[in-house]
Amino acid sequence: MKKRNRLQLDEQGRLKHFLTIEGLNRQLLIDILDTAESLTSISEQSIKKVPLLRGKTIVNLFFEASTRTRTTFELAAKRLSADVLNINIQASATAKGETLLDTLRNLEAMHCDMFVVRHADSGAAHFIAQHAAPHISVINAGDGQHAHPTQAMLDMFTIRREKGEFHRLTVAIVGDIRHSRVARSQIHALSMLGVEDIRIIAPKTLIPTEPDAFGVHVFHDLREGLRDVDVVIMLRLQKERMRGASLPSEHEYFQRYGLTEAKLELAKPDVTVMHPGPINRGVEIDSEVADGPRSVILQQVSHGIAVRMAIMAMAMQQRPPETAEGERR
Amino acid sequence: MKIAIKNGHVIDPANGIDAQQDLFIAEGKVVALGQPPTGFSADETIDARQQIVCPGFVDLRAHLREPGEEHKGTIASETRAAARGGITTLCCPPNTHPIIDTPAVAELVQRHAETAGHARVAPLGALTQKLEGSAITEMHALKMAGCVGMSNAMQPVGNTLVLRRAMEYAATYNITVFIHAEDAALANNGCVHEGAVGSRLGLLGIPTAAETVAVAATLALVEETGAQVHFSMVSSQRALQKISRARYDGLPVSCDVSAHHLHLTEIDLLGFNSLCHVRPPLRTQRDMEGLRKGVADGQIAAICSDHQPHEADAKLAPFGATEPGISALETLLPLSLRLVDHGIFSMTQMVSSLTHQPATILGIKAGRLSIGDLADICIFDPERYWTLDHHSMVSRGHNTPFFNWEMKGEVTRTLLGGKTVYER
Repeated sequence: MKKRNRLQLDEQGRLKHFLTIEGLNRQLLIDILDTAESLTSISEQSIKKVPLLRGKTIVNLFFEASTRTRTTFELAAKRLSADVLNINIQASATAKGETLLDTLRNLEAMHCDMFVVRHADSGAAHFIAQHAAPHISVINAGDGQHAHPTQAMLDMFTIRREKGEFHRLTVAIVGDIRHSRVARSQIHALSMLGVEDIRIIAPKTLIPTEPDAFGVHVFHDLREGLRDVDVVIMLRLQKERMRGASLPSEHEYFQRYGLTEAKLELAKPDVTVMHPGPINRGVEIDSEVADGPRSVILQQVSHGIAVRMAIMAMAMQQRPPETAEGERR
Repeated sequence: MKIAIKNGHVIDPANGIDAQQDLFIAEGKVVALGQPPTGFSADETIDARQQIVCPGFVDLRAHLREPGEEHKGTIASETRAAARGGITTLCCPPNTHPIIDTPAVAELVQRHAETAGHARVAPLGALTQKLEGSAITEMHALKMAGCVGMSNAMQPVGNTLVLRRAMEYAATYNITVFIHAEDAALANNGCVHEGAVGSRLGLLGIPTAAETVAVAATLALVEETGAQVHFSMVSSQRALQKISRARYDGLPVSCDVSAHHLHLTEIDLLGFNSLCHVRPPLRTQRDMEGLRKGVADGQIAAICSDHQPHEADAKLAPFGATEPGISALETLLPLSLRLVDHGIFSMTQMVSSLTHQPATILGIKAGRLSIGDLADICIFDPERYWTLDHHSMVSRGHNTPFFNWEMKGEVTRTLLGGKTVYER
């Protein structure tokens, strides 16, 4: 635990790398949310830029396909006035046999300041942070089935905007939790921010091994699990991650775990419906719900930009002026 | 050349010796214990005061990487590391390149070991041709060429009919079959124990059932064929229970455990520590305690090193992409001694599980100090503290999670056939 703390935070306890929610602390998460709050207005201005990271070079190092995450990271970096380099490695160096470490050394030689990394292997962002030059910050944009902490933070941001606070909330996560890095990071963030009742809802084949270690309540029946929840987070059914025989059919899955208006009636009247996207309509969520009044799925995407701006700025030890010490709410 | 080893505490469990005694060697063989033979005049006298004198260790599983992967290690480099660890006989699995599935490769491995002269190497032959699990090998010829058993290395024989025939054929010639018990489908290309830590780290798990299912299937075939089977590197308490039960029922089976499975658990993987990436995976505290108990009560016959040297790059990648294994020859003794210090078993039991018990499994004359035996001897100081570091490591592979551990007990001298092959 201590070791990871040291890796992510500097001697003053400030953010250096953002790899996983685990090992961080509540105050730091609140700081990220507050900083993001102060940065949201920028996206609404006619000139959508602040000079916080002017002169810095940020590399989006994507070893796995992504549209939403890469685009929002790119926009976030550009709104902070950084120079952005997008590298899609699937079709690049490692395909020619270059090791991850060699790729890293080459990019370092180009004097970059930050790596935003997505990789199919769990632990890849940790590995890069451990081996990168000391001046470089690493942001995990999703590693294998381990963590996707910026996604979790934008979800927390969305929940706070909808609900105001985290205590006394009941949050349910529904779907392929076993294979989901998003769910792992969400669970850690929710529990760190004080949510007492975190539920995961799925058939046994999609529940992670030893769920007790995560401090969650496990449900196998969607109707039972949705009772009186404040927030329901639907996960995408990650078909490409399915190994073996986890589910019989999309049809049976939708019957048992698909979110419909009828099932949503069991939740609190002001329930918020979330989804990290991209959504499979008619597989895990009915269009009526996805496009309905309780869905904040598109807000999540736009919040992603402000949250990622906040995390990037904080990892580079920069803060927007209006959130200078003492003025944060 | 006549050698006298004086004032040492001789532990030779095979002969029931556990006392301060002098030991005398002539022409590479043990010639007397206690009193020298008449007219014995030593050319060299070794003072072993405050030290243990015991048979050289017999390691049931060490990958030497030659032929085929000399960038990781060679027979010469790794047997030299063995000598430093007090190990005089190494059993190497057949997964070299080329594979040890012909007498020629088996002979080549032994010849290279003889030329290097640091330790004896007893190869295992492949159970199936190319380890592919479809056709059995010329086991009789491999046995004649010096193979001490047959094994399919890390590749499980998926086809149970082939496994059954291979066991029947091996039983024809009294050949022991070495099994790494892992059901390939259940292992599902995982890289860690399927448990709380793997789940947190998002790493693909190998469930305990991958081991127990393979053990159960193999035991059923032992009942059917009567083949002598040795399970290499048991990793879970449940698998050990099944094997112990079978032994109680009289089946001809035995098993060993690696030294690191007696000291590390899944917890050691936190922070994605690729140096603890091993196969079978490190499991839970409960499993580790079960394995320790198995060593203490004799259900586990031997502690092996499962030595797997790697070049640095093999461990420099995200966890799942790293190669499994620990460079372990030089830590076999101190890790075993640590169990004596913890009160898990006695010094004599420890020496047994490193000497005559593994030798019995291999069916070789080693691991004991009877008059007339080859003088393969390890002398170690059980009280000496030392720290393993890059600088002093002899093996070509420096991949070990035990750097900076304070080790207690160090080999001071190793003799192979009466010749000193290591001296601190």
